[in-house]
Amino acid sequence: MAKIIAREEMAQGTIILNEIEAPRISQKAKPGQFVILQADEKGERVPLTMADTNPDKGTITIIYMVVGKSTARFKDLQVGDEYFALIGPLGKPTHIEKVGKVVCVGGGTGIAVLHPITRALKAAGNDVTTILGARTYDLLIMEEKMKAASTTLHICTDDGSYGHHGFVTNVLKDVLEKEKINLVVAIGPIPMMKFCSLITKEKNVPTFVSLNPIMVDGTGMCGCCRVSVGGTTKFACVDGPEFDGHKVDFDELAKRLASYLEDEKKSLEAYKNCKALKNRLD
Amino acid sequence: MAENKEKLPRVKMPEQDPDVRRRNFEEVPLGLTPEMAMKEASRCLQCKKPACMEGCPVSVDIPGFISKIVANDFSGAISKLWERNALPAVCGRVCPQEAQCEGRCIVGKKDAPVAIGYLERFAADYERKKGTGEVPAVAQKTGKKVAVIGSGPSGLTVAGDLLLKGHDVTIFEAFHKAGGVLVYGIPEFRLPKEIVASEVAALVKMGARIETNFVVGASVTIDELFAEGYDAVYIGVGAGLPRFMNLPGENFIGIYSANEYLTRTNLMKGYLFPEYDTPIARGKNVVVLGAGNVAMDSARTAMRLGADTVKIVYRRSREEMPARAEELHHAEQEKIEFVLLTNPIRFFGDASGRLKGMECLKMELGEPDASGRRRPVPIEGSEFTIDCDLVVVSVGSNANPLLTNSTPDIALTRWGNIIGDPVTGKTSKRGVWAGGDIVTGAATVILAMGAGRAAANSMHDYLTLGW
Repeated sequence: MAKIIAREEMAQGTIILNEIEAPRISQKAKPGQFVILQADEKGERVPLTMADTNPDKGTITIIYMVVGKSTARFKDLQVGDEYFALIGPLGKPTHIEKVGKVVCVGGGTGIAVLHPITRALKAAGNDVTTILGARTYDLLIMEEKMKAASTTLHICTDDGSYGHHGFVTNVLKDVLEKEKINLVVAIGPIPMMKFCSLITKEKNVPTFVSLNPIMVDGTGMCGCCRVSVGGTTKFACVDGPEFDGHKVDFDELAKRLASYLEDEKKSLEAYKNCKALKNRLD
Repeated sequence: MAENKEKLPRVKMPEQDPDVRRRNFEEVPLGLTPEMAMKEASRCLQCKKPACMEGCPVSVDIPGFISKIVANDFSGAISKLWERNALPAVCGRVCPQEAQCEGRCIVGKKDAPVAIGYLERFAADYERKKGTGEVPAVAQKTGKKVAVIGSGPSGLTVAGDLLLKGHDVTIFEAFHKAGGVLVYGIPEFRLPKEIVASEVAALVKMGARIETNFVVGASVTIDELFAEGYDAVYIGVGAGLPRFMNLPGENFIGIYSANEYLTRTNLMKGYLFPEYDTPIARGKNVVVLGAGNVAMDSARTAMRLGADTVKIVYRRSREEMPARAEELHHAEQEKIEFVLLTNPIRFFGDASGRLKGMECLKMELGEPDASGRRRPVPIEGSEFTIDCDLVVVSVGSNANPLLTNSTPDIALTRWGNIIGDPVTGKTSKRGVWAGGDIVTGAATVILAMGAGRAAANSMHDYLTLGW
């Protein structure tokens, strides 16, 4: 179970794709839902929103950025290896309906999460303009897939190495100026989601974002993933992960994501040392 | 003869020294020696109408197993226990015996009651340490398939009982390890996880299948389980939705629900970080809000994680604290302070969102409220602050809607708990039973087991006779 059957490195090995055997989850999962993965018994439980599912093949696809010990450990897993634990599908699916003109904004690995949602929105009959952002061209992922999933595609890079030179928010502003947009979906780093939501709030365009707080069980049992939405506390695992971008307290979310920064550094350091030692011994 | 027996003093459980144990995760009570157990067992009067049994939610034959201990037949004792209880090593440790069997013990009317809990624990531990791996014999296969959702105390009881009666049992567990609250909630120092694992292993040996990492309600619905060939379903998923107090600042870093704090520590082994990957905040000055058993577990865990001070903050008085007397006693021995008649009103944090302290109000007891306890009333102008860098909110749980949302034809109370027949545990949905915290709201391990026992009997009738 939970065997990796395909694996791909993207963005110079900083972003990894795994296609994983998960027959039951692949049958049930809908765009916007997430799974929780654990590399081994001592590992952390890591929530990742699914990038794709293939019910015929019985697989799901996840795409993650290597940032700490747990994802470094995930990166070690090769085709044929199994995750120790995989559970899902968790969270509420995206509400997909025909609203007219939709703008999907994605950044970093948020693009992977955005992909099935974009595809579903287009399939529902929406005109979908997609805006993707990356720091530099080499870190951009899934351009072709997103092109196929969208009606129109814009790419932005912070350093101008590809597409528009600048942030996704600049392009979003332009698009909102030019035409009447019925819905914006923004998924990516917190600052990106925050500023997209500020822009769309001014224009009064409904906006939803997909949040990635720290979780433990992912089933509503622990309350670790609580976020403030419109002044009330919600659990992202069962009430989300998608929320009204105009109501989310992004600053609080960013702070809570930094809860264990020191521990995470320590853990990654220990892991790197251990791996280096092992390599020397080999 | 009886006169003499009553004169023997109740055995004292050897324990780790409080000053040592408050900094380690090893079990606090060390267990009785065979000599101590036999001597204590001899205090039992072997009553013709044993009142102790009436106090036991699963009706263990208490005089029966105790008489085996007196006779130095420890294997006989465990067999007697197994007839009614699949988890004796657990129950001997975490049951509130003072309110159940021992609370009714006739010896206890004049003297200290027979230490039934210690003896149960002794018999179970003796068998486990002997390592014969013997398990109760199961009846001939009935060919009926049962799905048990949740591997906590009620689910394990249902599984054990139905296996004994010859049914096929599959247990579905959302976490990667079976045991439910016994593994994620109750700390190692009160219930070593190795014991839970061995009780679960016994069920597997009896034929149980355990599907971990499996969230019924998400990975599969109850109707789909029926379609896959299950004949009956038991829901024992626990309460599972932590309550917060809705106070300003409650999302500062360093404020945990007891569920999260204990799950990180116990199930994910945060206390062994960085050997295990899941971190847990090690607070210097810790406050636990609430005064139940879970609050005591949280406070004692914080002490073991190296806190300088640990305070229980509770809005009522000592008398109303709901935790077991033994838990309160252990907590006090470990230098946990009780700050009573005090209620938090808001939390303070720094610019990075980390908890710095909390503001509280002093309370006084007024007229009795709906629960019959005197209502705590705030004293005007009594605001004061407590400096703290970690708060554990332990004020109970609500019903988790994950499973019930996916099963709209199960009747719920207005609080979202499943309505189960109080005698049989039958729900409004044909072929489905429920018990434990998802029905009653947060309660104890043994009450959940009692509900499991009742449901298993009713399920057996259904599987052999019909609904």
